[in-house]
Amino acid sequence: MELRNTKYEARSAFRSIDWVLVLLYATLMVCGAVSIYAASYDYDHASMFSLTEFSGRQFLWIGISLLIGFCILIIDRRFFEAYAYPIYAVAVFLMVLTIFVATDIKGSRSWIVLGPISFQSAEFGKFATALALAKLFGGYNFVLNRSYKNYIKAFAIILVPIILIFLQKETGSAIVYTSLIFVLYREGMSGFVLFAGLCAVTFFVVVVKYSESMLMGIPLGEFITFIIIMVIMIGMVAFYSKSLKTARNLLLGFMGCGVIAYGLTFVDIYINGLVFFFVVIGGGLVYLLVAMFVEKLRKVIPTLLFVLASVGFMFTVDYAFNNALEPYQQMRIKVSLGLEEDLRGAGYNVNQSKIAIGSGGVTGKGFLNGTQTKLKYVPEQHTDFIFCTIGEEQGFIGTTLILVLYLALILRIIHIAERQRTAFGRVYAYCVASYLIFHLGINIGMVVGLSPVIGIPLPLFSYGGSALLAFTMQLFILLKIDSARREFGN
Amino acid sequence: MRKDYRLERRKYVVGGFVVVLVLIFIIRLFELQVVDSRYKENAESNAFLRKTVYPSRGLIYDRNGELIVYNQPAYDVMMIPRDVQPFDTIDFCKTLQITREEFDRRMYEMRHNPGYSSYSQQTFMSHLSAKDYGRLQEKLYRYPGFFIQKRILRQYNHIAGANILGNIREVNSRDIERDDYYRPGDYTGDLGIEKSYELQLRGEKGVEILIRDAYGKIQGRYDDGRQDVKPVSGKNLTLGIDIELQEYGEKLMQNKIGAIVAIEPSTGEILAMVSSPTYDPTILIGRERGKNYRELVRNPYKPLYDRSIMAAYPPGSTFKPTQGLILEQEGIVNLSTPYPCHHGYINGGLRVGCHGHESPITLKPAIRTSCNAYFCWGLKNMIDRRSKYGTPAKAFEVWKNHLVSMGYGYKLGIDLPGESRGFIPNSAFYSKIYGEGRWSANTIISIAIGQGEILATPLQIANLCATIANRGYFITPHVVKEVEDDTIASRYYEKRYPTIDRRYYEDIVDGMRMAVVGGTCRNAAFGDVEVCGKTGTAQNPHGRDHSAFMGFAPMNNPKIAICVYVENAGFGATYGVPIGGLMMEKYLTGEISPERKYLEQRMLESNTILYSGVKKH
Repeated sequence: MELRNTKYEARSAFRSIDWVLVLLYATLMVCGAVSIYAASYDYDHASMFSLTEFSGRQFLWIGISLLIGFCILIIDRRFFEAYAYPIYAVAVFLMVLTIFVATDIKGSRSWIVLGPISFQSAEFGKFATALALAKLFGGYNFVLNRSYKNYIKAFAIILVPIILIFLQKETGSAIVYTSLIFVLYREGMSGFVLFAGLCAVTFFVVVVKYSESMLMGIPLGEFITFIIIMVIMIGMVAFYSKSLKTARNLLLGFMGCGVIAYGLTFVDIYINGLVFFFVVIGGGLVYLLVAMFVEKLRKVIPTLLFVLASVGFMFTVDYAFNNALEPYQQMRIKVSLGLEEDLRGAGYNVNQSKIAIGSGGVTGKGFLNGTQTKLKYVPEQHTDFIFCTIGEEQGFIGTTLILVLYLALILRIIHIAERQRTAFGRVYAYCVASYLIFHLGINIGMVVGLSPVIGIPLPLFSYGGSALLAFTMQLFILLKIDSARREFGN
Repeated sequence: MRKDYRLERRKYVVGGFVVVLVLIFIIRLFELQVVDSRYKENAESNAFLRKTVYPSRGLIYDRNGELIVYNQPAYDVMMIPRDVQPFDTIDFCKTLQITREEFDRRMYEMRHNPGYSSYSQQTFMSHLSAKDYGRLQEKLYRYPGFFIQKRILRQYNHIAGANILGNIREVNSRDIERDDYYRPGDYTGDLGIEKSYELQLRGEKGVEILIRDAYGKIQGRYDDGRQDVKPVSGKNLTLGIDIELQEYGEKLMQNKIGAIVAIEPSTGEILAMVSSPTYDPTILIGRERGKNYRELVRNPYKPLYDRSIMAAYPPGSTFKPTQGLILEQEGIVNLSTPYPCHHGYINGGLRVGCHGHESPITLKPAIRTSCNAYFCWGLKNMIDRRSKYGTPAKAFEVWKNHLVSMGYGYKLGIDLPGESRGFIPNSAFYSKIYGEGRWSANTIISIAIGQGEILATPLQIANLCATIANRGYFITPHVVKEVEDDTIASRYYEKRYPTIDRRYYEDIVDGMRMAVVGGTCRNAAFGDVEVCGKTGTAQNPHGRDHSAFMGFAPMNNPKIAICVYVENAGFGATYGVPIGGLMMEKYLTGEISPERKYLEQRMLESNTILYSGVKKH
């Protein structure tokens, strides 16, 4: 039996916190501040720690973060579980408040200004949402798949902040919450949802990107998508219905039809692609239905639904892209898909960012020697595009090293998540990991020109107190929860 | 809590997803940073403004160290179109004192240049006056993307020698193609020594690497200027030209069409080279150049045509000394060989007229009196001497080769562009006209007196004169005497010996001396200088005869050899001789003696351009 008092617990918290995570956290944070110094370094240079510099202020924020992190470590660990919903409620209240009191900064109303301090409520919404979600999953005998009501509850917790942040016109921050789908997946949601999501993204990209050239009378994008749907259809028959024979027949049927259609072009008969694919895929589906009834083929319905939904989705995409999205959003997407090269407008940032990174070469130009950085060619260099500084001054070696550090950080959090003995701890940890994955994926993707320009910071790296504090709180609450893992077994 | 191990395996899916994500990024970064070098170049063009620093072009001095051509700064308004941001066009136009239409026209023309790129420097307007420059400089910060490029234009101390000096012009696309030193907007030499010594005169451009931020503001010099390339100034040239003599020659030739070439025999340096009519070189400087140049091209008297080296004239009687030399060399005549002259050469139904003088006549008096008959007989005796040469064609080839060795029929190789080769026919030329073996001396007899097919440039005639003055050798005539820190081509100091024995030249010198003392060239004599000369009166299809003269002085140790050629001016003695005499007097004594002022006056006032047959439009 252990003697438990606050003093002891605090000491044990320090003894049993995960120092690997702390080390990774601190390393990235310091690298970030140093990069900020390089990014905002001017020819009339001031000291790295001067408070007139971005880097100086970032070091100040690092200090504040560490202080708050320390405070979190000495708070009773049960506090977070016990007050998860109230904290969530406060965060929601703040987000609602923000919509009404926030000043307009670059078209978004997400900053609350309190005297000299201004902060983004959305950043604090993250850990509050994570806590609430963890609390929900940590409830007695809670199993996600037991009832659809559980899904409704989980989605409600996630959707409320998303809607509120959308209302603040902070699209980037809002979609960060969609990353919590990883958590739901980990807790039992069908992997098919992830797969469907992946397909949706793929179809979207393919249809939008290859909409210009035509094949068999239909856009190339639709043609490719039809082929992918057919391949997935065969795959699903093979893996879900576990009938290799049916899959083979389907494959042979599809290929046969393709060969016939191709052969007909030699006698000047050109079949319209739409007709061709409707007939062929329709024929495939009829075959599967027949097989279901005659040969008792299992699980045909999901395949059927998937195919129909995919085709429907494909046709919706084109319409939605051209009609539902704002022109600037269309432009950003097109730029990141390489369809447009708008170097003056939406493409300017990304192009300059690629130039800065690309000019770094293998070893980089050396600390403070970046020209693109210092001459302010990359906008938002010290915030969203901070990774450029690493790319230009530290080269491929530097960028790879930073990416490996992030990989280690995220994998470490997953590792910590899995060693939790409570669902509360595990879900919370997965939430933190999900946020980091999403931020990393979108931010680096944007900087290297792979994903659309969505203004979200690189965690622990980008300049900005709110984001740094928010991530620090997320991580230190995780450290605190984790530090108690060895204590008791209930 | 019950652990669900089936679900726990999903950590590998999430972890795997992150690993794949990071791998994709690393591959992408490898592509950007290691494989693709394009981004490095982009970064440089982003951050570095490579500002060209123009070297000062080489200066040009005359033989006495008098500065003739120097540089003056001019300012061009340049722009990098991609860096230009919306600006107050009205104010901009007002500053430059141009109209809105002109602004639009310039922009249009700039965009439609073959070398246009919105990323590189384009010339918006060239040659700003110092006043406009000052006004624009003050306001320049309001027009991002525009900047001022200092350039160098030429300026002239003497309004003379335009044909020798040439001028500079902006390079065209062909220049840029031929030599990648040039960039649009650069200058290159056009005509004259500016063209032929372009490589020495232009120097080497330097580069100043400036650091430019995203707003186009200059942040300073890259690496404290250590990577800059300093411009190398062009080399100065010293000419053989005596600019005072050149000016004097141009004055004497005013209102006349023709040329004067004066050579220092011992060095081959050209002392003066007048082509008339000429033009003021300063009109080809600056913004008005294009307009003025077009006017010069349209001028019916063709001032851009350098008659001293480009025009091929019938040399007339100035050709006779070459004949005397060839006849002596070939043993056709010696000093006492007499030929009859009864007012001309009459043979085989052919008559070439001559004027009254004693008969028979020998070589020296024949030179003195410029007897046509003597040289016709001489040529006939040579071409038709089958015992020695076999056929007239073979004899003619011997004759032609002697002339070529004297610098006729081919370019002499002066250091100026556009030299003409004149014309000396070969036997094949006549065989083609008259048929193989169907021609003899009488067919071609007029070439003996420098008529017929024979054509020579004033430079070739002057060179003959220099050869005679040197008693049998010449140095390829050249304008540039010295290139600073460099040597001139070896052909401009090596002696060239014609295929004539040097002793025969003394006979020609005697004849030419006699022509001045008591022959056709009496007006060439001045003071107690022993002047030698030979007149020429060339018939031509363009109207009155051309008046020609060649001469040198002093007879022993000659300092100047000269050829004067005045189109449609009549006898050699009326214009050629006085102008030649005055030029030699001016050069040798520095001034014209009072008793010869009347001659100078007559030459300055006379106008022979009337007889040229060229109609002013």
